[in-house]
Amino acid sequence: MEILKRIAAELERGHDQQVGQLTREALAAGAAPKQVLDDGLIAGMNVVGEKFRVHEIFLPDVLLAARAMYAGMDVVKPLLLEEEVPVAGKAVLGTVQGDLHDIGKNLVGIMLKGAGFEVIDLGNDVSPERFVAAAEEHGAPVIGMSALLTTTMPVMKKVVDLVRQKGLAGRIKTIVGGAPLSADYAREIGADAYGYDGVSAVERIKALAGGGAGG
Amino acid sequence: MREVVHIPAAAVSCRPEDVLALQGVPRGARLDGRIAALLGEGISLYESLAEPVGVLEEVDGAEFAEVYAGAGRNEPRTPLAFIHPRAERLCLFAVTVGGAVSLRISELFQAQEFALGAMLDAAASQGAELCAAFLEARYDGLVAERGAPAARSAYLRYSPGYCGWHVSGQKRLFQRLRPEEIGITLRESCLMEPLKSISGVIAGGPADIHDFDNDYPFCAECRGKDCRARIRRALANER
Repeated sequence: MEILKRIAAELERGHDQQVGQLTREALAAGAAPKQVLDDGLIAGMNVVGEKFRVHEIFLPDVLLAARAMYAGMDVVKPLLLEEEVPVAGKAVLGTVQGDLHDIGKNLVGIMLKGAGFEVIDLGNDVSPERFVAAAEEHGAPVIGMSALLTTTMPVMKKVVDLVRQKGLAGRIKTIVGGAPLSADYAREIGADAYGYDGVSAVERIKALAGGGAGG
Repeated sequence: MREVVHIPAAAVSCRPEDVLALQGVPRGARLDGRIAALLGEGISLYESLAEPVGVLEEVDGAEFAEVYAGAGRNEPRTPLAFIHPRAERLCLFAVTVGGAVSLRISELFQAQEFALGAMLDAAASQGAELCAAFLEARYDGLVAERGAPAARSAYLRYSPGYCGWHVSGQKRLFQRLRPEEIGITLRESCLMEPLKSISGVIAGGPADIHDFDNDYPFCAECRGKDCRARIRRALANER
């Protein structure tokens, strides 16, 4: 449908009011809510993510696009719930205990929602126990952890260890990200994946939630 | 010597290019008109909401050694372990841009105003750094006012949570400095409230005490590496 392409294009430009309006028009014209979500909103957000990955656009552009995506989601979400359309996946996100830097984590959360995920955002300064309890409570198969301080990185290992101690390894997978992190560090602490940046974190979380190895 | 410092807002006004740089926007990048407007709005919001205030308290070497030891969780080798015994003056500090800014950032994200929230967040982070730099300069000025020898001295700050000084060191620092007087409190996890606050020690002495190689084990994991620019600034500002 042409209108879905227009939704995606307006979303890429960060035009929230137009996205909201076009979403309503598409639904009125008979488009299925899931189709509007997949071929309009998520399609547009995927392009934004790719442009961000190759540094064609920057964080403020992504955040404007995210707001436009939410404008469309606000229209579509009640209908998806009504039709009991399953979410693409669930993930618990948070900045680890002792760390307050959450802009990267927020970006991942926003983009994950744009990918159709339900995100349980625990905020910053999150203890290992809270991460694991939230994943269990919400039935989320992925815990995403962020840290900016090298001194708070060890908390990530505590989360990974706690998942194992509780016998949840395999059922709940872990991904880490943040400025001082590396794939080596992720491997060293036994995390299932490492997100180099927001875009790669979203890709890895999708893979983990789908039962894959995040990489 | 202890002083509460009410910092003039004009002294900690952010530069737009720094606010963008904190969000990963390269210097000199061409801005969309809406983003330029949001940048201006974010900085204006920061300037209207910020209530910058800090506290300084000079300590002697033995007192600082106790603060620095913290809960015994520092890395075995750290730059500050070599710097503080050679410093001629040490001054604990804490500074905040206030709680109203953090509250507004949360509200903006809740209201899905992500881009403006991120602008305000970056402006406040930059503002907090400027506040800490203001305190460095203020301490330098206080030492000079006392008539203490200022020749060949440079002042640089260090904070728990960075460069091997474990974040749990905040507890001893808070016990000694008592920044609650200016509204900064410590969570159990050692994070400060309001979030946009900085604490630590200002070390003063010959500039070369601040000059260290970034070859500590934790340096490999640090992508910031702003120690290099800080050292250059200290060496350049030595007087």
